[in-house]
Amino acid sequence: MSSSRRSDLTAAPPDLGAAVLAVRQYGAAPHTDLGALAAPSHPAASLPGRVNRPKHVVAWLQAAPLTAVFVVFFLVPLVLIAMVSFWQATDYELIPAFTAQSYLDILAGCGAGEGSCVMLSTYLSTLKFSLLTWIFTTLIGFTVAYFLAFHVRSTLMQTVLFILCTVPFWTSNVIRMISWIPLLGRNGLVNDVLVSSGAIGQPIEWLLFSDFSVVLAFVHLYTMFMIVPIFNSMMRIDRALLEAARDNGASAWQTVVHVILPLCKTGLIIGSIFVIALVMGDFVTVGVMGGQQIASVGKVIQVQANVLQFPAAAANAMVLLAVVLLMIVALMRLVDLRKEL
Amino acid sequence: MNDDHDQPNPQGASAPRRRFLRTAGAASIGVAGFPFVHAQEKVTLRYLGTAVNQDKKIAEKFEADTGIKIQYIAVTTDDVTKRAVTAPNSFDLIDTEYFSLKKIIPTGNLLGIDTKRIKNADKITTLFTKGEVGGKKVGDQGTAPKKVMYLEKPDAKAFANAPTPYMTLIPTVYNADTLGIRPDLIKRPIESWTELLNPEFKGKAAILNIPSIGIMDAAMVVEATGLYKYPDKGNMTKKEIDLTIKALIDAKKAGQFRALWKDFNESVNLMASGEVVIQSMWSPAVTAVRTKGIACTFQPLKEGYRAWAAGFGVPKTLSGKKADAAYEFINWFLDGWAGAYLNRQGYYSAVLETAKAKMEPYEWAYWMEGKPATSDIKSPNGDLLAKVGAVRDGGSYEARMGGIACWNALMDENVYMVQKWNEFVAA
Repeated sequence: MSSSRRSDLTAAPPDLGAAVLAVRQYGAAPHTDLGALAAPSHPAASLPGRVNRPKHVVAWLQAAPLTAVFVVFFLVPLVLIAMVSFWQATDYELIPAFTAQSYLDILAGCGAGEGSCVMLSTYLSTLKFSLLTWIFTTLIGFTVAYFLAFHVRSTLMQTVLFILCTVPFWTSNVIRMISWIPLLGRNGLVNDVLVSSGAIGQPIEWLLFSDFSVVLAFVHLYTMFMIVPIFNSMMRIDRALLEAARDNGASAWQTVVHVILPLCKTGLIIGSIFVIALVMGDFVTVGVMGGQQIASVGKVIQVQANVLQFPAAAANAMVLLAVVLLMIVALMRLVDLRKEL
Repeated sequence: MNDDHDQPNPQGASAPRRRFLRTAGAASIGVAGFPFVHAQEKVTLRYLGTAVNQDKKIAEKFEADTGIKIQYIAVTTDDVTKRAVTAPNSFDLIDTEYFSLKKIIPTGNLLGIDTKRIKNADKITTLFTKGEVGGKKVGDQGTAPKKVMYLEKPDAKAFANAPTPYMTLIPTVYNADTLGIRPDLIKRPIESWTELLNPEFKGKAAILNIPSIGIMDAAMVVEATGLYKYPDKGNMTKKEIDLTIKALIDAKKAGQFRALWKDFNESVNLMASGEVVIQSMWSPAVTAVRTKGIACTFQPLKEGYRAWAAGFGVPKTLSGKKADAAYEFINWFLDGWAGAYLNRQGYYSAVLETAKAKMEPYEWAYWMEGKPATSDIKSPNGDLLAKVGAVRDGGSYEARMGGIACWNALMDENVYMVQKWNEFVAA
């Protein structure tokens, strides 16, 4: 699969793709017999030396649009953010003078006693939410995908149920989140039912504006991002393998652990990347479901940007980016996505 | 969408209308003796402000009166400032709070408003020009408007100490804020700011999460409890900030706050649902809770009010027809109809006498003189706000605005304050 991906990248007609590949493989030695590698239908390709260069240019040109988009909309802003994070600022202007103060401020107060190491504990609390959300979305996502892939027999039913899973996505993120509030509030539906049935005497306070409600909303919002890639991986598993497992006397549980789980690794990793990246950067859900009194890194960045403290916001953005990248690198080491896809 | 260029109209459908407008324009020039802006071509003003002040009816009425379209850009208080500082070309008229000026004016993005072009400029209430209500000085701790009202010249980047012909903002609305309470759930009189952190309301209190404003509410509480007396609440030293935030953090750790709120609607929902029974609140939010038929009082407190004021400013880049239109809108705003509309919502308008002319005497008596209502008081939308015999919370204009203790503020130590505020949020 890896070679097909490579030629996809260069998105060339077959002969050109082959030539590009040839140039890649033999690029250091332009006088190797290129003609033999290039498609015979292309006479120009049989002239070594003269073709090499234009081909190269064409390949670069083909990659250029995407590269340009990345440079303009991703690299340049990122470099700017990195640059601003080392600047100083007043309430109304940015001063381009180099200082690492914004980064030092993240560590400010650490070691000065309990509760003063604010930014670091905010990072930890954001990590905690990521971890909790990841655990729950993985469990639920795997279960739902397993049911869809192996228990639902007809393709039609599978499609229908799969679409059913996506129905909540037809409404906006914010609405799905806010709709929890009347349900979980002090005088909300859940408390009303529990109190009137006599199960509890006082309404439960921690249902809303708490860690619980934040994680609940995250799981609700992001489980779909787990289900889709896992389901996709499961559908690619050769059913003969499951039969073989059963024939060899494996129990259903053993099949899941030793056959299905390893073969779904790609889906699990892709889903995990989605969920972790989304939760780490979130500031809306934590704000709404946490009653604005639970900190998250995204929220802090938002507050800092709002009060025009751009260097501090930029520094936090860089650190957050680094943390998320590290997590993704770690996940990628578990599976070679390029090979698996 | 609606640009000013005279482009050929492919549909041709509106061509007759155009011609009519031109004729009408010419006629109005003939009649009034000077050209109205709207008579030539439709102008659209991009009006940047917070949603609370951007009423659809005001825009509709203004368009009906002058033909100038208002396009509202509704963002949060912080975002208004941010856009004024970073993107001054993205609006034609700004409606911002006075305390934000300390960030905006040094950038030079706003142009002082020439008061010679504002018809009612000399009738703007003395609260703004002198810091007085009914001849008496009111509290000026914090960013009181009179401190940031004038510029030496239109493009000055620092404030003038004495009145000049150039105003930074022309005031639109202002009010004195206090705590909102649910009298039906509290069932006893509330008289002091200390009640916000009273453990009796553990898990049922809220404070607003806009640092510049929230810190002032917290300072009112700290001072009311006798913990500390600030030389100037609106400009704290680092030590004073530490002390104030510590009081908040202690309360938060003890579970005092059910939530913090940042958006007008959040405060309404918290109060209406009964999640919170006492909180920092804004006047129209109290009105909004009441129109749901839920008891809510904007409780006057003995330590006084935290006041705020907003006004119109024009960006430096504005010129030509758009600048004329902006001035026309400001003049129209001070002319009475909008003022009366705002007064009926529980705000106060900048020029009182023009607003009075557009209000019924019984309305004026209820809203401004603090007298019992002689007939039912309705909001501009027709919702019932108070029945016959009811008296406005806090009484007359003089009693309310005279009771100002401090103003929303931007402190010199703002960076430090925001950092500490984040600590409070994270605690």
